[in-house]
Amino acid sequence: MMKPGTLILHVAARYLVPLQLVFSIFLLLRGHDEPGGGFIAGLVASGAFALYLFTFGATVTRDLMRVDPRNLIGVGLIFGMVSIFPALLAGEPLLTAQWWDIPLPGGGYLKMNTPLIFDIGVYFTVFGSVMLMLIALTETEEH
Amino acid sequence: MQLAVLVIFIAAALTPWLYPKLQGRTSTLLALVPATLTLWFASHIPAVASGETIVHAYQWIPGLGISFDMVLDGLSLLFALLICGIGTFIVLYAGAYLKGHENLNRFLVILLSFMASMLGLVLADNLITLFVFWELTSITSYMLIGFNHQSADARKAALQGLIVTVGGGLALLAGLIMLATVGGSYSLQEIFNSSEVLTEHPWYTGMMVCLLLGAFTKSAQFPFHFWLPNAMAAPTPVSAYLHSATMVKAGIYLLARLQPELGSTELWVTVLTSVGAFTMLTGAFLALRNTDLKKLLAYSTLMALGTLTLLLGIGTELAMIGFAAYLLAHSLYKGALFMLAGSVDHEAGTRDVRELGGLRKKLPVTATCTIIAALSLAGIPPLFGFVAKELLLESVLENMFNVVILGMVVLSSIFVVCVAGLVAIRPFFGEFKAAKNADDIHEAPTGMLIGPVILVVLSLLAGLLPGLAGSYFTLPATYAVAGGEIEGYLALWHGINAALIISLVSIALGFLLFKNWDKVYTQLRKLDPVIARGPESGYFKFMDGLVFTAEWQTRLLQNGSMRNYLRLIILSFIAITGYTLFARYQVHWNFDLNVSFYEVFAVAMLVAGAAAAVLTHSRLGAVAYMGAVGFSVAMIFILFSAPDLGITQILVETLTVILLVLVLFRLPSFANISSTSDRISDAFVAILTGGLMTLLIMVTIEVQDFTPISDFMIANSVPEAHGRNIVNVILVDYRALDTLGEIFVLALAAMGVYAMIKFNPKTAPGSNHYAGTLILPPKRVPEKDIVHSLEEIHQRMLEEQNIVDAVPDIEHDPEVDAAAKQEGKARADVANSNPKMIKKNAQHDGVHDYSEESQAHQQDINPDMNEPRGGSDDPESDTQDTNTSDPKKGAPKQ
Repeated sequence: MMKPGTLILHVAARYLVPLQLVFSIFLLLRGHDEPGGGFIAGLVASGAFALYLFTFGATVTRDLMRVDPRNLIGVGLIFGMVSIFPALLAGEPLLTAQWWDIPLPGGGYLKMNTPLIFDIGVYFTVFGSVMLMLIALTETEEH
Repeated sequence: MQLAVLVIFIAAALTPWLYPKLQGRTSTLLALVPATLTLWFASHIPAVASGETIVHAYQWIPGLGISFDMVLDGLSLLFALLICGIGTFIVLYAGAYLKGHENLNRFLVILLSFMASMLGLVLADNLITLFVFWELTSITSYMLIGFNHQSADARKAALQGLIVTVGGGLALLAGLIMLATVGGSYSLQEIFNSSEVLTEHPWYTGMMVCLLLGAFTKSAQFPFHFWLPNAMAAPTPVSAYLHSATMVKAGIYLLARLQPELGSTELWVTVLTSVGAFTMLTGAFLALRNTDLKKLLAYSTLMALGTLTLLLGIGTELAMIGFAAYLLAHSLYKGALFMLAGSVDHEAGTRDVRELGGLRKKLPVTATCTIIAALSLAGIPPLFGFVAKELLLESVLENMFNVVILGMVVLSSIFVVCVAGLVAIRPFFGEFKAAKNADDIHEAPTGMLIGPVILVVLSLLAGLLPGLAGSYFTLPATYAVAGGEIEGYLALWHGINAALIISLVSIALGFLLFKNWDKVYTQLRKLDPVIARGPESGYFKFMDGLVFTAEWQTRLLQNGSMRNYLRLIILSFIAITGYTLFARYQVHWNFDLNVSFYEVFAVAMLVAGAAAAVLTHSRLGAVAYMGAVGFSVAMIFILFSAPDLGITQILVETLTVILLVLVLFRLPSFANISSTSDRISDAFVAILTGGLMTLLIMVTIEVQDFTPISDFMIANSVPEAHGRNIVNVILVDYRALDTLGEIFVLALAAMGVYAMIKFNPKTAPGSNHYAGTLILPPKRVPEKDIVHSLEEIHQRMLEEQNIVDAVPDIEHDPEVDAAAKQEGKARADVANSNPKMIKKNAQHDGVHDYSEESQAHQQDINPDMNEPRGGSDDPESDTQDTNTSDPKKGAPKQ
């Protein structure tokens, strides 16, 4: 059923995918202070590849992604699990948020924290889950 | 002590990694772990014997009052020593017994996990921790009984054991919670130290019944005794360890633990003595009608468990001393006897006592050990079993308790002497009989002998020096059971008294019975129909009823109609919420609205979208309208300044529409199959829901039962969580555990969808006899087409091939053949892509040589397996299969 898309869609998809991916990372990083966050960012990222999927089909999209969506889910869950343990090292109950400010050469600070790691986990899990379903469905259509 | 438990678990976890490197030596290395722990526990003997109680505290879930505290007193120490000590020998024994078994490493993992669980159980101070370990022993025991999982008997026995013990475990949990509520603490120590008198509490009866159910099922007391002899389907090391020395004693342990607090009431005494005495007699009697060495021992274990319960029930000081002595004696001789029986089976090839004889010259060490252990079993001096039995008889006599119970005790000790004779004399004396040739029988390897030898020596030593065994091992345990120090000692010689005379008489009568056992056995066989109607048939009836009820209610509730599910869910929601709403709150219309133009616009779009979705006759249209509804909701979120929700809603809607469109193409074309009355009733349900929700919102605006938590979150978001976006802070910080659970659910859901899409047609509902039978009414498959196993498929394919060979010339339509050729090729590809399955399939049947044939078979077997059932109805497709799948002969001849 998935016929190659129109010229406009072809061109648009190629430019929109990187833009949407960058936007999703932006949403992921600003999430703690402004609207955004891992869940939303994951959805935006999957939206980007969904567009590509509609335009070029499952095989090409898989090639572009390079990573199997199932592995993305695994990576996401690992990030989620990793973020819960630093609190234990600091002698606090599991999952207590830890904050480390890493000084940067320019005089600024890099805000490193476990909620961010956790959010990255959410991002990958959502991204992987949606893509897994979409690609699997598209593949059955194509056969 | 926590570390002791942990170390065994770690050893279990390391086994799969050690095994490929060390192979046969793994078990020797692993045996060092329990051996070291035995020494460690033994180093506490002097302290504990002097009346000390060692407590190692460790917090687990302080918020719920659940700790990981572990306590070492006389009773736990005795159990811990038995678990680790016998465990050491069992690990060694298992290494030799299952040498070269492909799953030896798995066996060791489960065995060690069991050991750790059992150790945790006897050391735990907290009731919940105790329960966790209790259930762990049930589960590991299930895996051990079902170790030979290819045997249907083993699987059945394992499941039976699991269901009985876990069912009892549920009752136990209820009992433990009641105990904690009444006693005011989850800690056993605190319950014992509190001044609360549990026995006079109104809950006492209920609590005791629940606790006893748990203990009786675990310790195989009548009428739950049937699972224990069936559990002999397990490999011998398991029987020796779990079903004689340790796990079945967990129930006894629990009873002994609770004795000081709950014991000595009339109810307790009556129930425990009667159940115990009855189990004891049943076990001893049923043992007589068995010829399998392991079953004989299993039933005599039942007898011992009953005796222990009886002693706890009697509850006098003498009975307590007897209890601890009997516990130790039984573990020592029964563990040894089981291992020795396993050696006989291993070397002579059978466990049937009727087919064994004269083995003493071939197996001298085994024979000597068996005889000594059996002497202990029969209670003959100077073994420790005699000391224990004397105490049992004395404590029964002392109270002149009940003539019936005295009679039962005497009868079972007569029977047990006969059993001891069957185990120790029959296989080793008389003329030579065995399943193997005399030259093939050798003494068991050292690993299998070391355990029994040491246990037997200990039995003998403990019998010769009962004072020592008493003051270091059994008396401290007695103090724990009795709840304080009592006067008493163990001795071999109590003088000529009633107990000794009864003992001598029963030994003589038992020996007489043994001499005439063959006649007795034939007579006992006549009782088979009566025994078949025993408690075990009740278990089977119960299981049948359970399956019947499950199927009935599944057919009723899970009938596969989406509309039905939705209607049921929505109507129950309306009923429950509506009832609460009208019963608790004043419901009234609240039209005090203040809406802006944008809001009206968004709502109008929402309503219009919903209405259009209902009325449209196109699927794609319905999806689009639903999307419109979703976007309107997103707009409302944004109007009420919830940008995060708005963004999420928009994205989710977009992806939902995409997903729906993808799924849409898989559905048949749109058809209106519901009647007008169906639609009217659906509309009614929908209006009801809408009306209820409206009322609910109107009420919730006014009712404010709790102060909203949002103020707290707003106040703390920046200072505590360093984030200004409260929604995100809630997700990743305040309630991160929820989110963690949700992403796991999401991942699982995605995997589920993936599995459903990429499913194997063979497992699709209705494609074979079993798949989906619970959800859909079973498809009517002719009996001949029902496939039960891979071997059967294989067999059928072989048969089919023979038919094809016999009738090679079949008329072919060229068109069909061309199509068939292509189809066959595609199938062959599928078949080749799955070589593992084929290989396995081929290995199942060892009779044939597959080196040449397998290629042909692969393609023969797989088309059918990859094809939905429906295909075989078509006679033409059958011909296609047989033609195209065999490359050598099958090329269509035109």
